[in-house]
Amino acid sequence: MIRGIQFTGIASQEELSASPGVPTEERFEKGPVAVIECVQEIPCNPCEHSCSSGAIFVGEPITRLPVLDAAKCIGCGECLASCPGLAIFWVHKNYTDSTSLVEFPYEYLPLPKEGSIVPCGGRDGAFISEGRVVKIKKTRQSDGTTLVRVEVPKDYFMDIRTIVRKGARDV
Amino acid sequence: MEGSMKHAQIVIVGAGPAGLSAGIEAAKAGASCVILDENAKPGGQLFKQIHKFFGSWEHKAGVRGYTIGSRLLRETEELGVETLLDAPVYGLFPDEKGIIVSYMKNGREEAVLGKKLILATGSTENALAFPGGTLPGVMGAGCAQTMVNVHRVLPGKRAVMVGSGNVGLIVAYQLMQAGTDVAVIVEAAPLVGGYGVHASKIRRAGTPILVGHTITAVQGKTTVEAVSIAELDADFQPRAGTEKTFEADTVCVAVGLSPLTELAWMAGCDFTYIPSLGGHVPIHNENMETTVAGLYAAGDITGSEEASTAMEEGRLAGIAAAESLGLINKDEAKKMKVAVWASMNALRTGPFGQKRTEAKAQLLESARRPQ
Repeated sequence: MIRGIQFTGIASQEELSASPGVPTEERFEKGPVAVIECVQEIPCNPCEHSCSSGAIFVGEPITRLPVLDAAKCIGCGECLASCPGLAIFWVHKNYTDSTSLVEFPYEYLPLPKEGSIVPCGGRDGAFISEGRVVKIKKTRQSDGTTLVRVEVPKDYFMDIRTIVRKGARDV
Repeated sequence: MEGSMKHAQIVIVGAGPAGLSAGIEAAKAGASCVILDENAKPGGQLFKQIHKFFGSWEHKAGVRGYTIGSRLLRETEELGVETLLDAPVYGLFPDEKGIIVSYMKNGREEAVLGKKLILATGSTENALAFPGGTLPGVMGAGCAQTMVNVHRVLPGKRAVMVGSGNVGLIVAYQLMQAGTDVAVIVEAAPLVGGYGVHASKIRRAGTPILVGHTITAVQGKTTVEAVSIAELDADFQPRAGTEKTFEADTVCVAVGLSPLTELAWMAGCDFTYIPSLGGHVPIHNENMETTVAGLYAAGDITGSEEASTAMEEGRLAGIAAAESLGLINKDEAKKMKVAVWASMNALRTGPFGQKRTEAKAQLLESARRPQ
C-alpha cells in the first residue's frame, strides 16, 4: 500500500518528520510539548489563536502549515481542543524513567475513568500497549472535546494516539 | 393581489449559512429583509454540523456548526430580519417594481414583492446506482447525519460509507460517535477526497478507508444485510477477484452534491456547466449578481463548497444588494466587498481550494463574456 495521509488517512513517518508542527527529539527530552500532526495545507488557524505563549504560527495565507516554536511552547495543552481536525497531541516523554504521558482529544462515550487501565492504540487504531488514564479534562473552553491523558511505556510516546475503540481491522 | 402582498426591499430564499449571512449584512445596512425557507427550522445544514468548523479564527473557525447557526439566527432576530419557515418558494414573477416571489404557507398561496432577490437555496446530495440500491437502509450520508444529529435516531448498527470527501468522512465519524459502527469507507478515486485530519480520526477509531474501491452490490431481502465492494482498475472497472463482503445494515452514499438551481432557471438566469462545482451553476459577477439584474445567488447554488465560503458569499450578496438600493455608498461598499473577497480567497487557497479557485474564476469569467 502506498503510504501517506492521502492514501490511507494516516500521516506517514516522512510526512510527520517534515511537519513544522512536530517537535525535535531534543525538545521531547526537555519536557511536555505540543505535537501538531497537521501535514496538509488546509484553510484553518484556530490553533494559532489558542496559544497564549505565541508558540504556534500559521500566518498568511491561512492554508500554511502551523509552525511550532518548540522553545516557546510551555506544554500547557491549550491548543489541543482548539484543533477542529483533532490533530494536536501533547507529549511528556520523560514522565518517569520508563513511562511517558500522551494526551489526545477523544470525542466518544463512554469516557474511561481516571486511574483505569485502557488499551491504547496508534494512528491506525490498532492496539499497541495498555496505558493508565491519568487525567480526563473537560472544560467549557474545550466545547465538548474531552482530553484524555494516559501514561504509557516510553517506547511508544510517538505511536500511541488514542484509546482503542474496536481495534484496526484487516481488510 | 398587490394590496395584500408583503413587501420587502430584499427577499432571500434559503435560511442556511449563505441566506442568513446575506440577511444580516443587508439588514445592517438598513434594508427590510424577508428570508423564506421550506424547512420547519432555519439554519440549513448548520444544526446537524456537530463538529468544529475549519477556517479562520476571525470567521468562527473552531466553533461547532450548530453554535454558528445559533449565532446567525440570533443576529437576524436582533436586526429584525423576518424569517418565514415552512414556506417553499414555487414561483418567481418579474414585476416592474421588482420580483414577486410566490410561496406556500399553511396550505395557502402567498407572495412577497422584493426589490432585490437573493437565491441561497443550497445543494442536494447526488445518488449512486448499484444492485440493491433501493433496499431500505441505503441512504444519503446527509440523511444519516440528520437522523443521528437532529432526530437522534441511529440509522443502523453497522454502516458502509461510500465516498471519502469531507461529507463522507465527517458523517462516518459522527455515526461512530452516535454509536453506529462504520465497517469501511470506500473511495473510487485513488486518493482520499476530504481533509486528511478527518480521515485520521476515522483511522484512529479503527475503521479502514479503501481508496480505489467502490460498492458493487447490496444484498438483503427486505433490508440491507451485506455490502459487497471491489477494487477498481485504472478505467474504474471492478477488478476480478477483489470482491469483499461486509456485514452491514446501512449504506451511506456521499458522492458529491448538486446545486439546487430550479428557481434560477425559472428566473431566466444564464448558466454555465462546471463539473467541479457540481454541474450547472448560474453565472454571476463579483457582486454575486446573476445575469438577471437584481437577482443574486450565494452559497452552494453557485457551486458546492463549505459553509465557511457560503457565509462569505452570502455577505457579499447582502452588501451588494444593499448597495444597489442606495443603502451603502459606493466607497464604503467597495471596502466591505474587498475585505470579504480577501477572506474568501484565503479560504480557497491551498491544494484543496485550488480546483474551486479555478472553477470560481471560470464562473466569474463567464459573467464577463457577452451572452
